Amino acid sequence: MTVVDERPATPAEAPRRRPNRLLALLRNSWRQLTSMRTALVLLFLLAVAAIPGSVLPQRNISPEKVNEYFTEHPDLAPRLDKIGGFEVFGSVWFSAIYLLLFTSLIGCITPRMRDHIRTLRSKPPAAPKRLDRLPQHSTLVLPAGGVPAIAEVLRRRRWRVMVRGNEVSAEKGYLKETGNLIFHTSLVVVLAGVALGHWYGWSGNRLLVAGEDKSFCNTAQQYAETKLGPRVDTGRLPGFCLTLDRFDARFLESGQPSSFNATVTVDEPGAATREADFSVNSPLRLDGANVYLLGHGYAPIIRYTDRYGRSQTSVEPFLTTGDMGLTSEGLAAFPDANVNPKTGKRDSNLQMAFSGLYLPTAPDSAPFVRSQYPTERNPMLSLVAYQGNLGLDAGIPGSVYKLDERQIRTGKVKQVGDKLLKPGETWKLDDGSSVEFLGTRKYVTLSVRHDPGSGILLVSCGFLLAGLMGSLFGRRRRVFFRVTSGGSADPTGETPTSGSSLVEAGGLPRTDYPGFADEFAQLVSAISGDGRPDERVGTDRDDSDRAGMREGTN
Amino acid sequence: MSALSDQLVTFAILAYLVAMISHAVEFALGNVRARVRVAAARPVRELVGAGVGAPGDTVAAPTDPAPPVTVATGRSAGRARLAGRIAVVATAVAALLHLAALVTRGVAADRMPWGNMYEFVLTVTFIGVAAWLVVLAKRPSLRKLGLFLTLVMVLLVATAELVLYVPVVPLVPALNSYWFVIHVSTIVFSSGIFLLGVVPAVSFLMRRGYEAGKRSFPYTLAKRLPSAAALERLTFVLHAFAFPIFTFAVIAGAIWAEAAWGRPWGWDPKETWAFISWVVYAGYLHARATPSVKRNVATWIAVLGFFTMLMNLFGVNIFFTGLHSYAGLS
Repeated sequence: MTVVDERPATPAEAPRRRPNRLLALLRNSWRQLTSMRTALVLLFLLAVAAIPGSVLPQRNISPEKVNEYFTEHPDLAPRLDKIGGFEVFGSVWFSAIYLLLFTSLIGCITPRMRDHIRTLRSKPPAAPKRLDRLPQHSTLVLPAGGVPAIAEVLRRRRWRVMVRGNEVSAEKGYLKETGNLIFHTSLVVVLAGVALGHWYGWSGNRLLVAGEDKSFCNTAQQYAETKLGPRVDTGRLPGFCLTLDRFDARFLESGQPSSFNATVTVDEPGAATREADFSVNSPLRLDGANVYLLGHGYAPIIRYTDRYGRSQTSVEPFLTTGDMGLTSEGLAAFPDANVNPKTGKRDSNLQMAFSGLYLPTAPDSAPFVRSQYPTERNPMLSLVAYQGNLGLDAGIPGSVYKLDERQIRTGKVKQVGDKLLKPGETWKLDDGSSVEFLGTRKYVTLSVRHDPGSGILLVSCGFLLAGLMGSLFGRRRRVFFRVTSGGSADPTGETPTSGSSLVEAGGLPRTDYPGFADEFAQLVSAISGDGRPDERVGTDRDDSDRAGMREGTN
Repeated sequence: MSALSDQLVTFAILAYLVAMISHAVEFALGNVRARVRVAAARPVRELVGAGVGAPGDTVAAPTDPAPPVTVATGRSAGRARLAGRIAVVATAVAALLHLAALVTRGVAADRMPWGNMYEFVLTVTFIGVAAWLVVLAKRPSLRKLGLFLTLVMVLLVATAELVLYVPVVPLVPALNSYWFVIHVSTIVFSSGIFLLGVVPAVSFLMRRGYEAGKRSFPYTLAKRLPSAAALERLTFVLHAFAFPIFTFAVIAGAIWAEAAWGRPWGWDPKETWAFISWVVYAGYLHARATPSVKRNVATWIAVLGFFTMLMNLFGVNIFFTGLHSYAGLS
């Protein structure tokens, strides 16, 4: 796809008497599509099409921001949504651009690959009649070894050499086109790897509170949110179980985190239970899935003792609000509270819930709304008690971290007091029940992922880079030598004739290569063996680069 | 150590300013000289006309102006050369101060000085100026481009110090990985070369217009610049050099992202803009290699690439929030 003029011209087809119009149209469209100009336009379109993906919030990255955008721009957002503004990289138009681009690319590299393989198998072409017409030309005395000596010098410099009678043709720099083709093929493989990951990959996010009673096993239902590829069979997810044993977070005095480490017990089917550590930047690699540490927080342990003296404990994670001090909000709900032990009947209007604000390090004086440090230096839990029908029985899915607003609005749930608690403190409510803040446990936010395409991506990226280097720094060029005068056409050089035999040399750079003149001169002097030892072999690329710079200044 | 680093940055900016002014003086004196030469051109041409019969004269005459002209131009040409040399020395001194500022910053922080946007911009600009000095050593005739380069340096480094400055802090855990060194160093390096690449690119566009006979404002600046072909060549060399490094850096970033965030590519704003830059520069290299695309069209694509790089360096940190939010701006 890079150098158009490099492709050997296809022989003109014999004009057909009755060209099929449809075929002609198809052929012309195909030629248009695979032309460099189209590819450039498509590349440009691809760049432009990616811009909205960074300007607008994207649903697969931050769905909550998309919702915010909808509330902020109620008119614009639905229209943008219709044209895929919030799912740019999965939208029809973005896909259309890259699919066209890749079609164009495949259409371009396939014939080039065929041509290149043919070139690789063929011999360097015969020397043109007039070597003095070539960009580089020189005449030298036939070296002592004759034509074989010339061929030998060229071979030592890794030229591909063909001797035809008293002519030597040599070519070098096939790496350029090879690299070019590898690069573009790798791009196709990268796309295939991405597609594979999309189809067969899956991921799930969830919170995991420390403690054996809170461990989880890998099923799709266990995740707060999942993304499953269209070809994923949820019944066949790897069946490991995780228990969070410990979580250590260290912070600087400024509150900036300095290190995280989670210790878990892993129970994989067919393997012994083991303990493992993982952290940011070093995920837990399991068979068929990787576990990534995304965040952490506190889950307050709240014990509620109802009016009949029965206690229940809630260890629910409180979500961090995004500040440095890990101020967190959450809900401890007790839908089964106040069940009359005599009748065994549950009065849904006596359900209890506490919405809370947890400050790991509360300030010294009110207002107690913002934690000052992420570790628990002065923990304080601010609770608001609610009583009434929490609306959990209705079967409507709702957030487990927030009280159902509708129930409060309709008066089904009433606020019955609020209180600040330190660990170990108890709050007696008016109805004789009590709530106790026992302390906290840590929780971590996990992302569990499986991407079967990642290995392919890695390998193809390696090839892509190697190909790119070859394509950018390789230089295809040809040189020709022909023994011209001296009469004694003794190409074998077995019997070196008198010094009158001359060799005409010509050089043709086939790609943009300003250092070629220097390389050619060097080659000629090496062949004519004019006394200077050939010390530049092996470094001629550097030299020619520098030569190129020098030449440009003229 | 950190305070020393801050002072060094200030001195580096001053040195870049000195270099810029010297380059400007050289430029101005060069224009004077050019005007004198134009005035002197007529008698020279007559000389040539007179000497048609003698082949030696025709070759010598255009390069050898008449004696009175040499005296007139000699003084200002000498001054221009002196100003140019001062500019190069000042640039080199500024680069050394710049490097010292980075080293002291790194020592103060006990890590590579690439942890936030301030340090990042300082490093990128240093790479740019170091690469410029290398180019200058190889092709001294490009010296006059230094005016544009030092102008860019003054603007970027001053922006870094005045707007982006943050005190030294250790890395956040997310950055605490050996991929930090691999990914960020290559990104910084390639960004520096790409940013440098815009200097010959813009110069080429101006010089090309000048060589095509345009004499309106931006093109007249290019009067004393090296030839369009040389500038175009340099533009290509810089971009072709930086592109594979940038590609590697993006791939390294993807490998790191797989370990840190669980996915190699997630269209984070920074990733998106890196993708855009990559596509634009790939477009430049393709356009450059295609004979049917004019060189100035290709070069415009490179200039567009420069703007996408700027967007990625500054715009993404300022306008968007994403996973790459380490800038320290708030």
